[in-house]
Amino acid sequence: MRRRPWLTGAAAALAVALVAGACGGGGGTKKKAASTSAPTFPAGSTMAALQAKGKITVGTKFDQPGFGQKNPTTGQVEGFDVEIAKLIAVGIFGGTPQSVASKINFQEAVSAVRESVIESNTVDLVVATYTINDTRKQRVAFAGPYYLAHQDTMVKKDDDTIKSVTDLNGKKVCTVAGSTSEKNLRAKAPQAEVTLLPTYSQCAEELSNGRVVAETTDAPILAGLVQQSNGAFKLINAPFTDEPYGIGLKKGDQAFRDFLNNTLEKIEKDGQWATAYKDTLGKLGLATPQPPPIDRYPDTGGTAATTVASTTTTAKP
Amino acid sequence: MHVVLDNLDLYLEGARLTVELTLGSFALALVLGTLTAAARVSPVPPLRAAGTFYVETVRNTPLVVIFVLFYFGLPKAGVKYSPFVSGIIVLGLYTGTFVAETVRSGINAVAAGQAEAARSLGLTFPQTLGIVILPQAFRTVVPPLGSVFIALIKNSSVALVIGVQELTFQANHLAQATAQAIPVYLGAGVVYLLMALPSGWLVSVIEHKVAFKR
Amino acid sequence: MTAPLLADDLGPRGKRRALIASVVSGVVIAAIVAVAILRLSDKGQLDASRWEPLTRWSVIRFLLGGLVQTLKAAVVAMVLAMIVGALLALGRLARSPLVRWPAVAYIEFFRAVPVLLLILFTAFGLPKYGVHLALLWYLVIALIAYNSAVLAEIFRSGILSLDRGQTEAAYSLGLGYWQTMASVVIPQATRRMVPAIVSQLVTVLKDTSLGFVIAFEELLRRSQISGEFFGNPLQAFVFVAVIYIAVNFTLSRVASRLEVRQRRRYQAGAISVAGAEDLTVVEARADAATRR
Repeated sequence: MRRRPWLTGAAAALAVALVAGACGGGGGTKKKAASTSAPTFPAGSTMAALQAKGKITVGTKFDQPGFGQKNPTTGQVEGFDVEIAKLIAVGIFGGTPQSVASKINFQEAVSAVRESVIESNTVDLVVATYTINDTRKQRVAFAGPYYLAHQDTMVKKDDDTIKSVTDLNGKKVCTVAGSTSEKNLRAKAPQAEVTLLPTYSQCAEELSNGRVVAETTDAPILAGLVQQSNGAFKLINAPFTDEPYGIGLKKGDQAFRDFLNNTLEKIEKDGQWATAYKDTLGKLGLATPQPPPIDRYPDTGGTAATTVASTTTTAKP
Repeated sequence: MHVVLDNLDLYLEGARLTVELTLGSFALALVLGTLTAAARVSPVPPLRAAGTFYVETVRNTPLVVIFVLFYFGLPKAGVKYSPFVSGIIVLGLYTGTFVAETVRSGINAVAAGQAEAARSLGLTFPQTLGIVILPQAFRTVVPPLGSVFIALIKNSSVALVIGVQELTFQANHLAQATAQAIPVYLGAGVVYLLMALPSGWLVSVIEHKVAFKR
Repeated sequence: MTAPLLADDLGPRGKRRALIASVVSGVVIAAIVAVAILRLSDKGQLDASRWEPLTRWSVIRFLLGGLVQTLKAAVVAMVLAMIVGALLALGRLARSPLVRWPAVAYIEFFRAVPVLLLILFTAFGLPKYGVHLALLWYLVIALIAYNSAVLAEIFRSGILSLDRGQTEAAYSLGLGYWQTMASVVIPQATRRMVPAIVSQLVTVLKDTSLGFVIAFEELLRRSQISGEFFGNPLQAFVFVAVIYIAVNFTLSRVASRLEVRQRRRYQAGAISVAGAEDLTVVEARADAATRR
């Protein structure tokens, strides 16, 4: 892998840690190598059904560096979201994140289709930089959050005129159409001239071509783009908004949601969350944060409400 | 249906851009297509080759790919246009191939005797083409050009991949925001229908006006 | 290449002008190409490092996997669209207005609406009705809706292009409407329609690329993923553009060949369809007409 020599280094370090962990005394340090056995689940629960099927389908991003990116050379998806999915799968099937990878069928879930693929049972879960918000809670349920991102802004390396999101007023900014990033941008900088494109990397292209002066979305996504730019871009480090990333699942499946939340709490406590972070987002130069507290909100259950605010004031072009 | 009526201004804004894109690129396509057709039937080999290359390459590439190559690729060669202008250029380039083929078939359908008569009068190639052949050719290809126009109205929707906020973009944006996909998209479909039907009618009117009286 | 308009040779002045025009246009074209190459090379777009990933078999295999999905969607959509289109064409030709008007309405509506909008509608609208399918099927359904309308028109032209004498002879022999259709009209019409159908397949193949908006992993989407991963989006797009051109150009050539063979063997006329995508057929007709 020409682009990520440090990943090979990390893998080597991990191997050393595994061996050290096995040789060393019990307890304490990272239990990443420990293989868990598959637990038994109550009959009729989603977890039992998945166990019986032997496979879980997870929707994730294929084009987000650091979170979910498909590697054309290996055909595998890599990233923090992928690692979280693997750890969840370990909780269902047992084994290690490496061994359980073959039991996961990763499907691409771009932002716009995340609710649809859950509702249509195309996937069992969505782990795809999926921000939890009330509108989405009407169609799907969320476990987590497993990560708290903040929206930030990316500009060209030598641009010092933009120091905060309000500086974007009157400037040309790019983000993805229909995303929460777009909504937040319009809320915080209503006079910004917004360019809307299908993907974040296309926005990065716009920035590189000089057609816009900034791109805004969640900081970790930008960090990946900054790294890919080889020094052409930089983050202004003026975060605004909180974006809690959650695991999307079918609405009304309380047992499954509890299982997911419990699993998340477990991996956060025993260090596997931090390891997953270091192996993926950590490579982008981001310091490992504390995992956010799990939000076990009461699910109103049943089918999604049909009274979606038939409103109307959607963002003007 | 409330969601459509409440957001009529978004639909109109999108429709306005669609119309502007369509008219602008059709004008470009007519010019480009006619020139290409002329090039392909000219006695100048490099022009014939260039014309054929242009038509065969662009026509066999999906419109999305052309958009992306033009909008994100050309800046790397130093050429940069705004999304709207890019939209017009790309749509014009793409549609130009169909116009070229249509006009060429029209040229070939004009009786050979016309070209021979023009030559015997001593007209040069550009004169033959411009004074004798093309006017007759255009009168016969009005219906296919009409279809090209209607197809262009639909193809303008692809401009949303470079951020042009035309009608399909607006519909999609609205549908995502309100989660009421069905009425929103149906509304957009109706607007497209309202653009296509009068165009079809206009084309038949023009066709009758310029038809050869036999 | 195409035949020049002026079938006779140019005189000495004409030859001189044509020569000058050849040289000038040749130089201009070469200059444009050279400038483009220089500019691209300046910005590092011709660097080996950007093109290298596309030479790896693993990456090529990844992209070809997308091509397989493209072909799968196109073929399935085409076959089903032909079935629906045939039914629509028969409906359109029916004598009873109760059958005819819905067919006309369907055809007019789906020929006026963009395929992109149809794809968005099926992917985000159908689930509201409780219809939940794999992404491939949303794309295929949208393609079927549109192409069945176009194919219906192709079929109808095919059937109508048949000499009236055929149907009259069949009736005079005592064959009923459906027997005539099945034994006389449809077999002959089908032969004439094959080139137009092949041309329509080209359109369907191009339209599958629109599936990327719903993240269907066809060729274009895979090229985007690959381009973003290796940081060489432009190169990846050029690579797949070449693949598209190669596939579609071959299909168009096949369509032209079929058209020519048909003229020779069956003296069948070309189907003239009022549809821009079917202009390849118009071209084929023009080509055939020039080979006087």
